[in-house]
Amino acid sequence: MSDAATMTLEEREATLGGVGTARKRKEDVRFIQGAGNYVDDVKLPGMVFGDFVRSPYAHARIKSINAEAALAVPGVKAVLTAADLKPLNLHYMPTLAGDVQAVLAEEKVLFQNQEVAFVIAEDRYIASDAAELVEVDYEELPPIVDAFKAMDEGAICLREDIQGKTEGAHGARKHDNHIFTWEIGDQEGADKALKDAEVTVKELVTYQRVHPSPLETCASIASMDKIKGELTLYGTFQAPHVVRTVASLLSGIPEHKIRVIAPDIGGGFGNKVGVYPGYVCSIVASIVLGVPVKWVEDRIENLSSTAFARDYHMTGELAATKDGKITGLKCHVLADHGAFDACADPTKWPAGFFNICTGSYDIPVAHVSVDGVYTNKAPGGVAYRCSFRVTEAAYMIERMMDVLAQKLEMDPAELRLKNFVQPAQFPYNSALGWEYDSGDYPTAMNQMMQAVDYAGLRREQAEQREKVARGESRTLMGIGVSFFTEIVGAGPSRNCDILGVAMFDSCEIRVHPTGSAIARLGTKSQGQAHETTYAQILATEIGIPSEDIGIEEGDTDTAPYGLGTYGSRSTPVAGAAAARVGRKIRAKAQKIAAHLLEVAEGDLEWEIDRFKVKGLPEKEATMKEIAWAAYNNLPEGMEPGLEAVDYYDPPNMTYPFGAYLCVADIDVDTGETSIRRFYALDDCGTRINPMVIEGQVHGGLTEAFGIAMGQEIAYDELGNVQGASLMDYFLPTAVETPVWETDFTVTPSPHHPIGAKGVGESPNVGGVPAFSNAVIDAFSHLGVKHMPMPHTAWRVWQQCHELGLTK
Amino acid sequence: MSKQQVKMTVNGTEVSGEVEGRTLLIHFLRENLGLTGPHIGCETSHCGACTVDLDGRSVKSCTLFAVQAQDSDITTVEGMAAADGTLHAIQEGFMQEHGLQCGFCTPGMIMRTHRLLQENPDPTDEEIRWGISGNLCRCTGYQNIVKAVRYAAKKLNETTREAAE
Ligand code: FES
Ligand code: FES
Repeated sequence: MSDAATMTLEEREATLGGVGTARKRKEDVRFIQGAGNYVDDVKLPGMVFGDFVRSPYAHARIKSINAEAALAVPGVKAVLTAADLKPLNLHYMPTLAGDVQAVLAEEKVLFQNQEVAFVIAEDRYIASDAAELVEVDYEELPPIVDAFKAMDEGAICLREDIQGKTEGAHGARKHDNHIFTWEIGDQEGADKALKDAEVTVKELVTYQRVHPSPLETCASIASMDKIKGELTLYGTFQAPHVVRTVASLLSGIPEHKIRVIAPDIGGGFGNKVGVYPGYVCSIVASIVLGVPVKWVEDRIENLSSTAFARDYHMTGELAATKDGKITGLKCHVLADHGAFDACADPTKWPAGFFNICTGSYDIPVAHVSVDGVYTNKAPGGVAYRCSFRVTEAAYMIERMMDVLAQKLEMDPAELRLKNFVQPAQFPYNSALGWEYDSGDYPTAMNQMMQAVDYAGLRREQAEQREKVARGESRTLMGIGVSFFTEIVGAGPSRNCDILGVAMFDSCEIRVHPTGSAIARLGTKSQGQAHETTYAQILATEIGIPSEDIGIEEGDTDTAPYGLGTYGSRSTPVAGAAAARVGRKIRAKAQKIAAHLLEVAEGDLEWEIDRFKVKGLPEKEATMKEIAWAAYNNLPEGMEPGLEAVDYYDPPNMTYPFGAYLCVADIDVDTGETSIRRFYALDDCGTRINPMVIEGQVHGGLTEAFGIAMGQEIAYDELGNVQGASLMDYFLPTAVETPVWETDFTVTPSPHHPIGAKGVGESPNVGGVPAFSNAVIDAFSHLGVKHMPMPHTAWRVWQQCHELGLTK
Repeated sequence: MSKQQVKMTVNGTEVSGEVEGRTLLIHFLRENLGLTGPHIGCETSHCGACTVDLDGRSVKSCTLFAVQAQDSDITTVEGMAAADGTLHAIQEGFMQEHGLQCGFCTPGMIMRTHRLLQENPDPTDEEIRWGISGNLCRCTGYQNIVKAVRYAAKKLNETTREAAE
């Protein structure tokens, strides 16, 4: 008898390492020894390097490009310009948002650091030297930097390539610099609610332009084998399969002759969803030169040219009764999309899922409209650790809740409690069209309030305010409440696709004769521990220890097609596929077990890692035995092997939620904010690996802290980007980063096979309003309704100064 | 550009190579020696992903020319585990305390921790936070890195105590 036979149930559970265990991460072993394999670590024989010539101007006409001096540098292989790409029809590439983006600028440059020429040389030093020698003659044009002026009468047309086109990918364009208007909800109803309301509030809430800035920048290596006609493309791709499809459509190379490999990725946070000119140029250069071409962006290029996020100017309006019941919501958004509309959203959602902006509240009527405009800024519009535009929506509603509470002279927590969607209302249909799957908001809120002694904090704040008023203290105390509802797991094919490909995801598994297994998925981890957690889901389903299940992603030659990892979709979609593929394996295993034990299938019951005959507990077949039998002892007529694949099209999104609280102390003389306490309660449904969840929450909160307190990609009036280095762009260090307190409730998703909802992005979505509300709350008793992010010491000091506090 | 010969000891082995005067140490390590543990996150001395130990100091190898490392003694993350593959206490700490996610900052963090714990074998959380403040991490929020450093400090101190007994 094997050891397994003598183990207790608990020991078997522990050996399994399934759902719910804080399993240590599989991927760590290589990372802690410097054996990770990131794109820049890949070295191919004969490989050369590409580097960009970039525009110093935000808006200028290109009069000429002269690459002679660059080409004369020893070691330079080629210089590509739009003129070289145009005959191949590759000088523009399609964006995920239905627009096109210049790969290399043809007649005009539209943002500072735009790609103008691509220099390829033997090593990166020579490429960079030669890029300096490419002479570009520009004629400067007036830039549009302020989104509010983009549609002024007489404003200069930025996109001459689509000048005069009155129809865009998302409907009518009403100005040359207008991209789309997107509307949802009941305008008349919302207007009426506002008109009839006892109380209304209105506020312009801007979510500044920021950048995800993962520690590894974007990179690619293209290697064209001209003899076989095969292209291998390594890259920092959050969605490698989509990249293969796009590469095939763009290059005309048949899709089966393209292999896309996303090796280890050094953080993504949305930055690595899109397709960038660097990828395209490395492909073209490899096709032209017949050798592998590597492109790695530097930090300045990363911050100034690939994937900004947010830049939403949101005017929120709430209608309410005197006692604080919200009766309607309206919001207009001016969305600054930069020079090209390259937003990474599902095709039908030009403003992402912004219509989640009714938040956690039962708001009877609502209307949202979004106008997207072009400006002379970098393209992007990615979801920086949030589902599509959800962090913007959460910020708007959570700020407006505080604005309303202030007007009603009501406690912000009490106002939220009063308006929550109630547990009995789920599945809940929101006024803006979503069906929230499950939630218990009051329980989460009350648990948070108790854990932090909310009433005590408010008492302390009142005393502190009096001390400041009496001149006994120079510190203001702010308490920020945030209660968010996320919408993740895109998504159901009926309303979510990317370039026409439905947003399903997939898992394929092969169980080997000795009882170990390999599973491959269509997603791609960038640090989210997929190799660890997917194996846990499978372990619970098929009774094979997670230690014995290998997980692979990121190689399109081996992994099944999937839409990748972003928008917290891995657990809700690919995680569901993993559970379902496991069930297919178990169904076949049950038939084999019945055959081995000579009973009917229905006489068997499942127990952790084996089937047992009901009523005869000593008669059993373990998964290990079944796996072996799958290759040599099968029921009559059954196909050998133990393999399955599942493509999962989710019936709905999942709706994680949480209650956050931030306590901030503000020095009125310096404007410095110190975060005294941050408590985060997350409900992400079934918890697969509590250790990984906690790590995700810590990381997301730290990003939220960075955004709320310091990050901004700002531009001066000439369109010069101001924040494009780590000198200027705030990435919190261990010193500024607060200590995080985490907590949870569990409300499983009713439609997900294991009830999980996804968590990676919740802390960013819920964290930003908590910080911002805390800072503004510190001044609320002085009549301050809103302060723009980021809440840097300088800005906060200005607010103190304006209020006469600094004297 | 003319090349120069450099030699140094890296992870206990003497190595040499031809570099330009301007070749950064990080490129020499990664491209010439194939040591891709140290990473490049900025090339401007801000992120610390390229941190290695050089003659008993933590240095950001993107901020040093390879020729400046002539005759020096360098340790990279690849040199941390014992010859028999046993993980160093710091590596173990990062794994046990979930001190990494994408792993890109990890080699630099581990090397910085290595030096920090020699300078201050029993640091407080505050001292750890200041001690690693030259190394950015975008994934973990640092809290578990602090725990990992504490874990390593404890384990290393226990080993030292045992050796002394
Ligand atoms: S690469 Fe050296 S500090 Fe960032
Ligand atoms: S683990 Fe990703 S940057 Fe630190």
